[in-house]
Amino acid sequence: MAIEIAGLRKSFARNEVLKGIDLEVRDGELIALLGPSGSGKTTLLRIIAGLDWPDYGKLEVDGTDWLAIAARDRRIGFVFQHYALFPHMTVRKNIAFGLTVRPQKTRPDAAAIAARVDELLQFLQIPHLADRLPGQLSGGQRQRVALGRALAIEPRVLLLDEPFGALDAAVRRDLRAWLRSVHDASGSTTIFVTHDQDEAFELADRVVIMGEGKIEQIGTADQIHDHPASPFVARFMGATIELPVTVTAGRASAPGIDAARLERRAFADGPATLFVRPGDLTPIADPAGLWRVKHVSSTGAVLRPVLSGPGGQEITVEVLRRAADTLTPGQTVLLRVEAGTLFPDTLSGRSGHSQPVPEQKPVPVKETQI
Amino acid sequence: MISAEEQIAASRHLATKSGQGVQRFLIGLAVVLTAVMIVAPLAYIFRRAFADGVGPYWAAITTPDTLHAIWLTVIVTIVVVPVNVAFGIAVAWVVARFRFPGRGLLMTLVEIPFSISPIIAGICYLLLYGRRGILGPFLQEHNITILFALPGIILVTMFVTAPFVAREVLPLMLAKGSEQEEAAVTLGAKGWQVFRYVTLPGIRWALLYGAVLCSARAVGEFGGVSVVSGRTRGQTNTLPLQVEQLFNDLNTGVAAFAAASTLTVIAIIALFAKALLQARAPHN
Repeated sequence: MAIEIAGLRKSFARNEVLKGIDLEVRDGELIALLGPSGSGKTTLLRIIAGLDWPDYGKLEVDGTDWLAIAARDRRIGFVFQHYALFPHMTVRKNIAFGLTVRPQKTRPDAAAIAARVDELLQFLQIPHLADRLPGQLSGGQRQRVALGRALAIEPRVLLLDEPFGALDAAVRRDLRAWLRSVHDASGSTTIFVTHDQDEAFELADRVVIMGEGKIEQIGTADQIHDHPASPFVARFMGATIELPVTVTAGRASAPGIDAARLERRAFADGPATLFVRPGDLTPIADPAGLWRVKHVSSTGAVLRPVLSGPGGQEITVEVLRRAADTLTPGQTVLLRVEAGTLFPDTLSGRSGHSQPVPEQKPVPVKETQI
Repeated sequence: MISAEEQIAASRHLATKSGQGVQRFLIGLAVVLTAVMIVAPLAYIFRRAFADGVGPYWAAITTPDTLHAIWLTVIVTIVVVPVNVAFGIAVAWVVARFRFPGRGLLMTLVEIPFSISPIIAGICYLLLYGRRGILGPFLQEHNITILFALPGIILVTMFVTAPFVAREVLPLMLAKGSEQEEAAVTLGAKGWQVFRYVTLPGIRWALLYGAVLCSARAVGEFGGVSVVSGRTRGQTNTLPLQVEQLFNDLNTGVAAFAAASTLTVIAIIALFAKALLQARAPHN
């Protein structure tokens, strides 16, 4: 099922959570909606499911207007973050639910339903749990049952809201690979919501990065890693260091920084911000360098020098201890940029400069009136 | 009044600080107060009811007027409880699942019968449906009798017992959230199927509990009913009214206490049902 979304907007009270979403999902694709909490990704998923309705916009599936179809007629499989299993029904009855509530005309007979449930229990590797109640299962087992219940109706679109959010790390990794195989075997179009980058990139064909109600970028892991489309994506992808630079003839430069390794960009001359990951900056010992080593900590494999710059900016970089020059506090260095992304300040807003790293956010002071 | 349980809980707390003497004193106080205030009056009802033995007791209960009062009370309860169960579910559903203007007001309105004296409720009905009331002329024109008859008794009892089911079910539905129902919808269930197979099983113990409380109150309702029933023996006397009239007749013999004992038995049954349901509910 190919999904086409255009101009989708949704407000709750006066709070606009989706500010115009355009997205096309191809038939059989596995898509991750990735973003921080409050970015609107769950609302988007619920609109596709029919559990919420947009104020404006288009939602078509294989050319059919889904906004004219009720949730129960869309034949989607929806897996909730907290599973939402029916606590008074056994695993078997939970999985069979979507088939048993069908009108008599389209309902399979009892034997066919039982056979389908058995098949799913095998497929989910939980046949031994068939007669348990949800309360007697572990988190990972519940998640499998929830997925089985959704798959029982042979959904045309499978939607998962933070499917592994409530599970511990080992179970998550396990279920991740397993979900990919479920998707490939069922052939459905799948969209899942997550705030975990590893999960999104490892599992999905394409990742949709959302921030504050808008889609910031759509792409594969490599595309998004190397070419973040916006300062938001750059920050979200770990480029936590923001350096003020000046662009001249497409080249970035700043005192104390060697940015010659960066590609030339077709930018107008002027101020810009360079977004860099802590591991993509190399401090090189230089008596005339403008950055000063304040402090160095080591994890054994990685050194984490804290450097203070000419503008009073303080950053923490990461270098492989094996490859690094000896760094001692008080020493001056030149910073060589190995990789990074430039955004002209008209785009990023120079607000980034005043608070380059999260630790340095100014603490809001409450004024007390006497 | 502080319940015995609260007193015991308080005494446990104190015991950690100030030794066993205080604890023993408070436990003793709780036991004595419970005995004097609750057990003794109840026991006395039965003692008086059976003062002349089982025969006169049975004869007192089976007088036509008392039998009619029992019958009337049962009819009222049978009508009122299902209506209030339906009302309670409807209110709880609406308030728990939807956001709309006036939602907070509705939640408050549902509780009003608890804060209004039943007599006031009765008088309100009198002023509304009475001969000189707002709807009086209309009702007379169409030959509809509400006051001093069964419909009036049922209406007032319904009013007084309206909050019981809603206030048991609503907090549970709010706490459970709507994810299970949404899951059922995405699986293709229709509205009534969602209710029948998902919502109802989730609230059944709270619902039964509310229904038991509602029944107990419906059986025992006195103030409101006494205003609108007309209190005609053998016609519009419910059991509590019958007990009071027998007692006022200076019939201090068996009859009043025998009738009262039936009310007491109903109350005790309700109490056990309540305890049983409370014990079941958490396992659900």
